[in-house]
Amino acid sequence: MNDVVRPVMQDAVAAAPTRVDGRDKVTGRARYAVEHPVEDVVWAWPVTSTVAKGRVTEIDASEANGTEGVIAVLTHANAPRLGETDDAELQLLQSDRVAYRGQVCALVVGETVESARAGADAVRVRYDEAEHDVVLDARHPAMFTPEKVNPGFPTDTSIGDPDTAFAVAAVQLDATYTTPTEHNHAMEPHATTASWGADGTLTLYDSNQGSTGVARVMADLFGLQVRAVHVISEHVGGGFGSKGTPRPNIVLAAMAAQAVGRPVRLALGRQHMFSLVGYRTPTIQRLRLGATTDGVLRSLVHDVWEQTSTLDDFAEQTAVISRMLYAAPARRTTHRLVRLDVPTPSWMRAPGEAPGSFALESAMDELAAACDLDPVELRVRNEPDVDPESGKPFSSRNLVACLREGARRFGWEQRDPTPGVRRDGRWLVGTGVASSTYPARTAPSQARMSIGSDGVVTVELNAVDIGTGSRTALTQIAAEAMDLPTDRVRLRIGDSTLPPAMIAGGSMGLTSWGSAIVKGARQLRELVGRRDGAIPEDGLEVTADTAEEVRAVSGYARHAFGAQFCEVRVDADTGEVRVPRLLGVFAVGRVINARTARSQLVGGMTMGLSMALHEEGVVDVQHGDNVNHDLAGYHIAAHADVADVDAMWLEEHDEHLNLVGAKGIGEIGIVGTAAAVANAVHHATGVRVRDLPIRVDRLLGRG
Amino acid sequence: MKAFEYERPVGVTEAVALARRAGSRFLGGGTNLVDLMKLGVETPDLLVDLTGLDLAEVLEQPDGALRIGATVRNSDLSANDAVRARYPVLSQALVAGASGQLRNMATVGGNMLQRTRCPYFQDVTKACNKRVPGSGCPARAGEHRNLAILGASEACIATSPSDFAVALAALDAGVTALTTEGEVSLTVSDFFRLPGDEPQRDTNLPPGALVTALTVPRLDWATRSAYRKVRDRASYAFALVSVAAAVDLDGDRVRDVRLALGGVAHAPWRATRAEEALRGGPATEEAFSAALRGELEAAEPLPHNGFKVDLAHNVAVRTLTELTGVPA
Ligand SMILES: Cc1cc2nc3c(=O)[nH]c(=O)nc-3n(C[C@H](O)[C@H](O)[C@H](O)COP(=O)(O)OP(=O)(O)OC[C@H]3O[C@@H](n4cnc5c(N)ncnc54)[C@H](O)[C@@H]3O)c2cc1C
Repeated sequence: MNDVVRPVMQDAVAAAPTRVDGRDKVTGRARYAVEHPVEDVVWAWPVTSTVAKGRVTEIDASEANGTEGVIAVLTHANAPRLGETDDAELQLLQSDRVAYRGQVCALVVGETVESARAGADAVRVRYDEAEHDVVLDARHPAMFTPEKVNPGFPTDTSIGDPDTAFAVAAVQLDATYTTPTEHNHAMEPHATTASWGADGTLTLYDSNQGSTGVARVMADLFGLQVRAVHVISEHVGGGFGSKGTPRPNIVLAAMAAQAVGRPVRLALGRQHMFSLVGYRTPTIQRLRLGATTDGVLRSLVHDVWEQTSTLDDFAEQTAVISRMLYAAPARRTTHRLVRLDVPTPSWMRAPGEAPGSFALESAMDELAAACDLDPVELRVRNEPDVDPESGKPFSSRNLVACLREGARRFGWEQRDPTPGVRRDGRWLVGTGVASSTYPARTAPSQARMSIGSDGVVTVELNAVDIGTGSRTALTQIAAEAMDLPTDRVRLRIGDSTLPPAMIAGGSMGLTSWGSAIVKGARQLRELVGRRDGAIPEDGLEVTADTAEEVRAVSGYARHAFGAQFCEVRVDADTGEVRVPRLLGVFAVGRVINARTARSQLVGGMTMGLSMALHEEGVVDVQHGDNVNHDLAGYHIAAHADVADVDAMWLEEHDEHLNLVGAKGIGEIGIVGTAAAVANAVHHATGVRVRDLPIRVDRLLGRG
Repeated sequence: MKAFEYERPVGVTEAVALARRAGSRFLGGGTNLVDLMKLGVETPDLLVDLTGLDLAEVLEQPDGALRIGATVRNSDLSANDAVRARYPVLSQALVAGASGQLRNMATVGGNMLQRTRCPYFQDVTKACNKRVPGSGCPARAGEHRNLAILGASEACIATSPSDFAVALAALDAGVTALTTEGEVSLTVSDFFRLPGDEPQRDTNLPPGALVTALTVPRLDWATRSAYRKVRDRASYAFALVSVAAAVDLDGDRVRDVRLALGGVAHAPWRATRAEEALRGGPATEEAFSAALRGELEAAEPLPHNGFKVDLAHNVAVRTLTELTGVPA
């Protein structure tokens, strides 16, 4: 186990470099996908299905074609044919089949976005409608066992005899939790500007989390060599997982540009994003915890039911967190999936861990109460020595230190565990805690590094800054590795013609890109050293590839950890919940830039707060979509909901991670937050809310 | 969005004349109308912009009433000194609505006439009797967690979205409107209507009528008034339930009281039965609770909005309790 020195505080944040692209962003100079100037450009707008299942029998585009400014209407009957890829959601306008409500069934191209949109309103689509099935139910007869769960974990695992261990346990907890459909809506919608060159090359300004893969998929879809596809993603306004793979916008824009022979812009509307860019599956989770009276787990069973579409099997790894967070001699985790007439779920910040932690960490809180134990203490008692399922040692594991430090800072010691007894006027007051964790991974990446005779170092790799600050942090990593001030480093990212690199996802962007840069810097310095520092006129250049280092990683279990503490106030008359305080203490390896890191953690926690109290895609059983499909109806936490949210971290040195020594911080902030809030609500009111979000009607009259 | 024409009249006579053209709509701040046009719910041929009219003043009348021009912005009215001092309930109701940016744009006339937020009304791919009379109402069997519990009909269970209107109803405010035939005056209670079998009509305003002003009568004891709104997040959401209340105390008795509920019906719900029960009685929590239970006997909740009955009771009792200083 590695040593923990001290928590890193505000002074580190203040001292950290500010964003290198901050000025460009606030002055509007930074260009996003549909803002790049392109000559002769036109716009496209999708028409989406209004039935959830069936076939398109007729598309009447006569009125649309007569609409002023409309140039073309593409449908499955006339759209360019696409090559196969492994993402069925990208086979756009290739058949008359309707697999969900809100699926693209036509595309209107117009001189302006307004005319394209007016044309789209005028397209009449007729269907042969079939009865749809859109409701997730654990007893659904079509539940099946997927081959694996994302991104490649076994579907089920089992150790020991969890049923017997549960049956004989002195303390038993058996509870079912649910989380609803949740949507990841980045500020910048999914957007593309596509143009074809006379030589058959395809140039795409696109909003995504990694254009190396986007270029490859687009080449396959359009039958091109990868080098004929150029994807530029200079600035990206958020992704939260939903831009990790190409989305309909880029395919449709390229198709439209091909069809009309002019460059095309397509920015999805907010409503489109509720069906076309993925979402987090709703989950049903049953937790069975068997423990001794002093709170030591003897059995842990986590069973999950969730949904996918009829197009693709997407299996959220919801129970995977229960495989490694606590010790238990007997354990089982299972995932079952049902194919419904819905859009395919997809990646959303902390896939698996975010919904899974709500169930596991709520159950741990219930167990603490059943054992009459402090919930921090309960977690400490179930701390494993090694990774429980693989038996590997942890590269570093500072969950207990995070819990202890958080408890100290939050003022947890004086806490009276009795629920429903603290009042401040009409407010019921309570506090709650939950653990956080997220895998610390690194993926192969390449970086080209060169140094000119002026001593300026140029770093090129296809990383991308989706608003997290990676452009800034990578500049710092390069400067440090070259032992140069940051103003001697030029960084080029966000372009598929640059050396291929990991996407900004899985909390492994910075660790993967940073490792390639560190390796490149070592090679470059060695090269310069061999020449005694003499740099030739046309400079020196190396290209580093970390594939070997990543393959060679030794046998450790690598995870980041954290603890979140929450105070809530619940109005005794109305059930309204307010969260005056949220504190997260994390152990995430080395932190490169305290300022942008803190933003990521605080942002994740805020999204977790939003998941706890607000976010809910409400299924319209009759029509097959979400009833609420705009941001007036799909609530996220707004300013007044977010009070004092603070994040800090422990100094953690872990040599078994990667060349940067970092664990990644993009996702861990959202893990455990919802449980911390729900646990605090229970402490305040005595009401255990096992179904998210924690709405007033789930509290009112239940105290 | 469909193409439309745009006119900016400088006088009210011109405005109402323009409104006689088929497919015309008045444009206040546009914060509701333009959204509905983008959704295809409204497809006007002509927009008659009201913001050039001379209707943006708040005037104290000789009889002590307050006359509020129809194009006064929500934020301006909420910050108006006379409103804040004399009718706290009105100022609080305005501030409880929408967001700062929206309130800066929104006019008070537009606020009164904004359309319901029933999700089926706002989705042209689904049936809605209010949008397309006779097409059906999927809300009864579908999502209705935030729809009406009082005064609904088979045809429609939509709720009126305006917070401001709930406070106006409690204050017995009046609406003045103009048509080409002349001026019309209505009380706010007569202005709004229950859906019945004509849910397409939100109000009793004659077609093409331009709301020119709202009049809030003098009510000295409205200084003891408050607006309390419960919603799904701390700000920027429509009411699940809201309460506008004013109380005139005579020692520990209720001399007079005004009470209106929002978020529960197709119109601001003036709780006249509760008011009658309370008038002349003791200002106690028990009396408030009994009066509200009586009022809410008329409630006909659906499977997913039954919580609103208790919520309305609790919020109203709490608001009255706080206004009267009754120890909880
Ligand atoms: C996201 C969001 C959240 C909101 N939340 C709330 C909330 O919580 N509470 C709340 O009360 N409101 C809320 N609002 C509504 C906001 O207050 C209204 O949009 C606003 O008051 C409408 O005013 P407007 O002047 O922009 O109206 P417009 O959009 O211009 O007009 C609305 C309607 O009124 C008609 N109209 C306008 N003026 C007149 C007139 N003088 N005579 C006759 N007809 C007229 C128009 O023809 C149109 O049909 C919200 C709005 C949004 C977009």
